Amino acid sequence: MRVAPHRTERPDRWWLEPLITVVVLGGFVLYTTWAMVFGTSHFYADPYLSPFYSPCITRLCPADTLPYVPWAYSPAWLIFWAPLAFRLTCYYYRKAYYRSFFWTPPACAVPDAAHRYRGETRFPFVIQNLHRYAFWVALIVVAFLWIDAVKAFHFATGWGVGLGSIVLLLNAGLLTLYSFSCHSCRHLCGGLFDVLSRHGLRYRVWRFVSRWNEHHMAIAWTSLVFVAFSDVYVRLVSASVIADPRWLF
Amino acid sequence: MAAVAERPARPSTEAARSDTVTFRVWRGDASAGEYREYTVALDEGMVVLDVIHRIQATQAGDLAVRWNCKAGKCGSCSAEINGKPRLMCMTRMDTFERGQVITVSPIKTFPLIRDLVTDVSFNFERAKEVPAFKPKAPDPDGKRRMHQEDVDRVQEFHKCIECFLCQNVCHVIRDHEDNKQHFAGPRLFVRLAALEMHPLDTNDRRELLKARAGLGYCNITKCCTEVCPEHIHITDNAIIPLKERVVTEFYDPVAWLARKLTGRDRRRGIVE
Amino acid sequence: MASESHETHEYDVVIIGAGGAGLRAAIEASAAGVKTALICKSLLGKAHTVMAEGGIAAALGNVWPEDNWKVHFRDTMRGGKMLNNWRMAQIHAQESPDRVLELEEWGALFDRTKDGLILQRDFGGHRYARLAHVGDRTGLEMIRTLQQHAVHKGIDVFMECNIQRLLKDGHKIAGAFGYWRESGGFVLFKAKAIVLATGGIGRSWKVTSNSWECTGDGIALALNAGAELIDMEMVQFHPTGMIWPPSVRGLLVTEGVRGDGGTLRNNSGERFMFRYIPEFFKAETADNETEADAWYTDKANNRRTPDLLPRDEVARAINAEAKAGRGSPHGGVFLDIASRRPADYIMKRLPSMYHQFMELAGVDITKEAMEIGPTCHYAMGGVRVDADTTATDVPGLFAAGEVAAGLHGANRLGGNSLSDLVVFGRRAGQYAAAYAKALRAQPLVDAGEVEQVARELLVPLTSHGGDNAYAIHAQLQECMQNNVGLIRVENEMIEALDVIASLKRRLPNVTVAGGRHYNPGWHLALDLQNMLAVSEACTRAALARKESRGGHTRDDFPSTDERFAMVNVVVRARDGELTLSDEPLPEMPDELKALFEEAH
Repeated sequence: MRVAPHRTERPDRWWLEPLITVVVLGGFVLYTTWAMVFGTSHFYADPYLSPFYSPCITRLCPADTLPYVPWAYSPAWLIFWAPLAFRLTCYYYRKAYYRSFFWTPPACAVPDAAHRYRGETRFPFVIQNLHRYAFWVALIVVAFLWIDAVKAFHFATGWGVGLGSIVLLLNAGLLTLYSFSCHSCRHLCGGLFDVLSRHGLRYRVWRFVSRWNEHHMAIAWTSLVFVAFSDVYVRLVSASVIADPRWLF
Repeated sequence: MAAVAERPARPSTEAARSDTVTFRVWRGDASAGEYREYTVALDEGMVVLDVIHRIQATQAGDLAVRWNCKAGKCGSCSAEINGKPRLMCMTRMDTFERGQVITVSPIKTFPLIRDLVTDVSFNFERAKEVPAFKPKAPDPDGKRRMHQEDVDRVQEFHKCIECFLCQNVCHVIRDHEDNKQHFAGPRLFVRLAALEMHPLDTNDRRELLKARAGLGYCNITKCCTEVCPEHIHITDNAIIPLKERVVTEFYDPVAWLARKLTGRDRRRGIVE
Repeated sequence: MASESHETHEYDVVIIGAGGAGLRAAIEASAAGVKTALICKSLLGKAHTVMAEGGIAAALGNVWPEDNWKVHFRDTMRGGKMLNNWRMAQIHAQESPDRVLELEEWGALFDRTKDGLILQRDFGGHRYARLAHVGDRTGLEMIRTLQQHAVHKGIDVFMECNIQRLLKDGHKIAGAFGYWRESGGFVLFKAKAIVLATGGIGRSWKVTSNSWECTGDGIALALNAGAELIDMEMVQFHPTGMIWPPSVRGLLVTEGVRGDGGTLRNNSGERFMFRYIPEFFKAETADNETEADAWYTDKANNRRTPDLLPRDEVARAINAEAKAGRGSPHGGVFLDIASRRPADYIMKRLPSMYHQFMELAGVDITKEAMEIGPTCHYAMGGVRVDADTTATDVPGLFAAGEVAAGLHGANRLGGNSLSDLVVFGRRAGQYAAAYAKALRAQPLVDAGEVEQVARELLVPLTSHGGDNAYAIHAQLQECMQNNVGLIRVENEMIEALDVIASLKRRLPNVTVAGGRHYNPGWHLALDLQNMLAVSEACTRAALARKESRGGHTRDDFPSTDERFAMVNVVVRARDGELTLSDEPLPEMPDELKALFEEAH
């Protein structure tokens, strides 16, 4: 016999953390869906491109964007899957949504919601094992975000700095940190070796990535909130709700 | 005469307080049980285990509890305090609000023996399945050289005191008895990580990890890390790196192709 | 009577105790091809060895190539005030490097030197940095390595099984009888040879670094079986135990704190150890702070810091400072590493000390000094064994580790305990296996005796005397702490004997609530018999040695006495009574004597 494993003795507010996760993550999903589906008219405010639409590759996009794909719907549909796949298979987000949405478990020492549990051994969760490929693809997206960030300093009249330039630069920076602090990245950089001292450079890279990896959760949330904020900012400027402060050289 | 160092006078500022505390302790065995309340005097600096000992000495001489070192080094006194898996010897009484009734129950994942003592043999049986450490040949001069940067990572895993709190809190077996046959649990993953990442070891345990040890059952919800009294980063430093190694071996199509093309079999696929 | 039935197992070698010595013995016996059982009263891997912190002493010469077994031997003998069994000290110094390397071969990961070898640290009484270590949790590394190696060798382990009596066939060992803690059921092990590896005796004192297991079971078992004890008066009080808050009083603070640069100070900030350098160590100890601090990095041109004098010297000095009113608020002194080493160095070298103080006392040792005082730590004395074979004078009975005596003499050097475990644990396994192989037939166990023991063990469960085992234990601890502690005097020890005798008389009246099923009250009532036997032997031996030497300090005989310099106090049990005699130490051969005449 075991002592009542089906209930928890925790008197504290263990439900608070999963609740916050549901609210923030759910809110983000709702907002991005709206921004992708209905937000096609204000994703660009020259020279700022909303990160949800980058890389932008349809006729709806600003003229100088890259390969042109015949596509009549929101350009975001063509690329959103890449960051989504990266975040969905991310070792941190898995914890966050398994706890808050699946309740396996909702909190430590609080019973699972499900009666049967097979973890990540079966479809579809077994796909989580391909996180490293999502990482590679996410890197491509991040590269485009850097291009966008640089472009955001180039106005019709020449180089300058706008608040939007800084927002997009920060956004690219945060998403870069998020990508490179990834557990798969940490493994590929050097974690796979048993005798690290034999791989001087990769040992140092591994150490560096490991240090950032400790903050992966914080970076995951910050970059998530900030990417939505970047989109909001571009949108507000584009719709002329706010004026973008600029210093042109 | 007596040595002063052995019998200090208590400074008056720390005059004995007449505090008491009430514990709700699980009493019972495999057939039946209930929570019973005990109220005992509380002194400064006491930990939960001190209170349990005081209950034993004054009210319930047969209260069953495992403990050894009372210093957080042996990992014997695992229990659930207010529902949270903890070492009783490392849980200070001054972390609770005054007047709060504190619930102490046995760890719940393993079969109850009596009161706060459970049958943790699952963990010892699982440990037998781990392939032993198998070192490579020593250096030509007969010595074995390892660098601190190689052992740092594994030394973290060797801090494990086998309190089995991670095993206890892990929902995979805590809430799903049937998974005990498929899943070894965080403690064993820490052990396997220590061996897999040992700079001298030559055994390959990835097949075991994927199959018998059930690494895929872990959904990295990190409760093991949260409860670890040794602050081992079980999920980030042991389980996830092992998952990544298993991915390379069994799920990564490019790695599979590379193995086929270079003709390296699994065993020799071990990277140094 | 059904309750007195028991299960029976038959083995060639039965090892009692699964700490470092027991595990190492089991590995060796099993490798020799005999059927081996390992019995422990806690879960496997929880033995007191896990609490060893600083390191394992072995003259590997990785840090100081000048180091070798002869220097280690000399340090051990001098640290033990020459009361050691020279042959044991020699074997120990010679074999410990191989035993350490063997642990590495089995997967242990010691801290490394720059060129990848095992790093060694300074410790009290060791001339060179000699302790292989893993931060400050070396014992854990050792026990886990041995545990896992033993598990992979398929050795039968009986956990939470408590042996209460050794059984003999004539004068030969025939088996062991005890109970399962879980079920309370009785169990008989028929054995050709038995190795005692039961560890220490510290639970008889109130302020102790020892875990609940250290109740001196092996010493009591050996005494009852007719074996001899020596050096029972030699109890080591470790100079640095925690003293505040009260609930952690006695908890060990590793000597590694001082090995890594920490220093002792009194309440005016003075490094008082410079005032306590004994004549015996004057030539090799720094007499000023500059030299002492320089010694950490340049051992060739400086003498060692007095902070790292042998433990007995430091413990007495701390006691004297506190007594003179120069102590810390709670009656100890200060141990300061915060002002002497950077925080990250302290965190790296002493991580568990950091956590221990942070979590239990709310003290950040990287910022503040620790408050420390002496704590009962180790029994140098114990079962008398043959130096080479670890055999006791009962045929078939062997002993290794803390339960055995001889290696450490009057005082043990830090780090020599872990090496003792593996050096003599291995020898115990080896010679017990050889003895078992040479024995043609399994000795016979007397069924009547087994019945008798079983009935005795059940007494506390059926007695109606109403006495409380926990209360008796507390009184014994109080008595030993106050009367047979760090500083001893005749009338107090006589008083202690009276108390012990009265507690013994009360034992049959102990009443235990509950049944046989995992009942700690019952277990304690049985352990008390052992603790009382050990306490009596210790007190009697301490009365007999009318001098101060090493771990034995007499206020009424404050200096060493030539008459006791070359004798062991031997304790035997004859017809239920203890008898004592002074017997000469084995004579050291001339070539080893010469080591002590050379300049240090």
